[in-house]
Amino acid sequence: MTGALQRFLPLIVTTAVLVVGFLLCAAQFPNFASWRVVGNLLTDNAFLGITAVGMTFVILSGGIDLSVGAVIGFTTVLLAVLIEQGGWHPVPAFAVALIAAGGFGAAMGGVIHVFQMPPFIVTLAGMFIARGLGFVLTTDSVPINHPLYGELNDMALRFDFGLKLSLPALLMLGVVLAAVVLAHWTRFGANLYALGGNRQSAELMGVPVARTTVAVYGLSGLLAGLAGIVFSLYTGAGYSLAATGVELDTITAVVIGGTQLTGGYGYVVGTFVGVLIQGLIQTYITFDGTLSSWWTKIAIGVLLFVFILLQKGLLVVWAGRGGEPAEA
Amino acid sequence: MTLSAPGPSRNLPQYGALIAVLLANWLLFPDFFAIRLQDGRLFGSLIDVLNRGAPVALLAIGMTMVIATRGVDLSVGAVMAISGAIAATMTGAGWSLPAVLAASLAAGLLCGLWNGLLVAVLRIQPIIATLILMVAGRGIAQLVTEGQIVTFTSPALAFIGSGSFLTVPMPVVLTIVALAVTALLVRATALGLMIEAVGVNRLSSAGAGVNTPVVLVAVYVWCGLCAAVAGLIVTADIRGADANNAGLWLELDAILAVVVGGTSLLGGRFGLVLSVVGALIIQAMNTGILLSGFKPEFNLIVKAGVLLVVLLLQSPTLTLFLPRPKGARPIGTVKPPVAPTSGGAKP
Repeated sequence: MTGALQRFLPLIVTTAVLVVGFLLCAAQFPNFASWRVVGNLLTDNAFLGITAVGMTFVILSGGIDLSVGAVIGFTTVLLAVLIEQGGWHPVPAFAVALIAAGGFGAAMGGVIHVFQMPPFIVTLAGMFIARGLGFVLTTDSVPINHPLYGELNDMALRFDFGLKLSLPALLMLGVVLAAVVLAHWTRFGANLYALGGNRQSAELMGVPVARTTVAVYGLSGLLAGLAGIVFSLYTGAGYSLAATGVELDTITAVVIGGTQLTGGYGYVVGTFVGVLIQGLIQTYITFDGTLSSWWTKIAIGVLLFVFILLQKGLLVVWAGRGGEPAEA
Repeated sequence: MTLSAPGPSRNLPQYGALIAVLLANWLLFPDFFAIRLQDGRLFGSLIDVLNRGAPVALLAIGMTMVIATRGVDLSVGAVMAISGAIAATMTGAGWSLPAVLAASLAAGLLCGLWNGLLVAVLRIQPIIATLILMVAGRGIAQLVTEGQIVTFTSPALAFIGSGSFLTVPMPVVLTIVALAVTALLVRATALGLMIEAVGVNRLSSAGAGVNTPVVLVAVYVWCGLCAAVAGLIVTADIRGADANNAGLWLELDAILAVVVGGTSLLGGRFGLVLSVVGALIIQAMNTGILLSGFKPEFNLIVKAGVLLVVLLLQSPTLTLFLPRPKGARPIGTVKPPVAPTSGGAKP
């Protein structure tokens, strides 16, 4: 195998699964292969895609962020309370929400670095705090009726051939593109891969570990905040229980996308494809109509298993003949 | 006592915290410690704390062993849902209690076996290995109940949730039995030592002759069994199975209980009783917040606050500045700056 092919193999396999899956769906349902379905797939999964980009960065750095779903929920509540009860204009409310979410993530990163605590448990505490703060603001689902919300929801980029990209979809695509640049063509990206590959070596090489750790969790929080804005646009409401379990969906997307959970290896584009695969399964079940919703969960579980096995298999191949698989 | 038994100075924060929370509850609610006997069963707020804390305490017992091997089991909530779904569905279909219990426990055992094989044989990272069942397990539970909330009327099964044995509520009895059996298994044999060895260093314990795959599988199977019992209790208590919500997020509570109990997520030394104490602290706080008339919304924030305080107390950065009890090593000691591992030395 050539080096490039070897490096991109997980990405190629993930993309192939998406394409084959889409073709199978299209073969079964003639209406499936339409730009409308593609547009909806992007819109419906926009908040998941944006969050998953942040999660990819965190996982690349060797960490994990369990708080993202709670941050999304908190952001929607904060927006609803500011706009509907505080009488704010949505734009400053968006700014406050983004700063709050980003600051929250950065604070968790700081705690993780300074106190050398496992990211798993720090972000678990962060998840409790963010959900709790949302509950304290309000436990009701607050509808947001500001006219700007209607305008933003009507905004869309329409192509002649029939594809309609809504604002959430455009935001997600923009975030993914920016993230690819950030990961592969900036110093921050290089530091991130180094940190995830081996923390000690990175430190010895002069990677600013503290700054990178704080920045990556801050970025994850910021993107979760942006996803919260998208989610509130999408649902037109703020609810403290919104987006429960999104942290798991995003981690699943990251794994399916071929990123290694031990850090240091993976691609943002893979995560994007992973999000689309999950969305595709959901869309297929909606199209079918007779399949029950729980098949989504089972199918995603099976997919997760297959992709992990694939990654393990590749690791064994890379480690050379007869090599013990690397300790996860 | 074995090497691993935590010294008295180490348990102090946990017991102190439990007593403090109970006293705070007593101040808020003077009748808190009142216990009365009615219809051959004990009642009272304290009993309520024990009773409601039982499922998380059971999960925490299994989770402690998993965490001691430097793992984590995210699937326990989903396993609870599966075991509850099987119990309710089979009881509804007219099966006898022994068959129902056997099937539910067997389901928990299978789930644990699956997790254990993924971790031990395929060497998948525990978070990810158990994430698979966490995602798919709830789907399987819904498949069993066909998406319905299955209710039943069998008093035999309901006894597990709301009955009592020698005036003590059944969930409490089951938790005590599970704790005693587990403690006997790990402390009266070398198993506990092996679990800690695997948690501290899997490679060198394998080199020292510990059969690491068997230890790991056993630990996950035990955790699955504990989760199945917890699922039975919850289902029996509400006389129905809700595959969507049974045990939802309880894996996080269980991990929280273990961490509050002082077992490090980095593996090694563990305290079974302390984990149960951790579960009771969490439940006592929940009850206290309810009794005090505070909005239950504050619950999560208080929980997070306690978690952070406990973590900070265990943090290596902080421990460096604190006087260390004799013979104790700080939990989660910082790795040396240059790790002499083979992985790090590769070009």
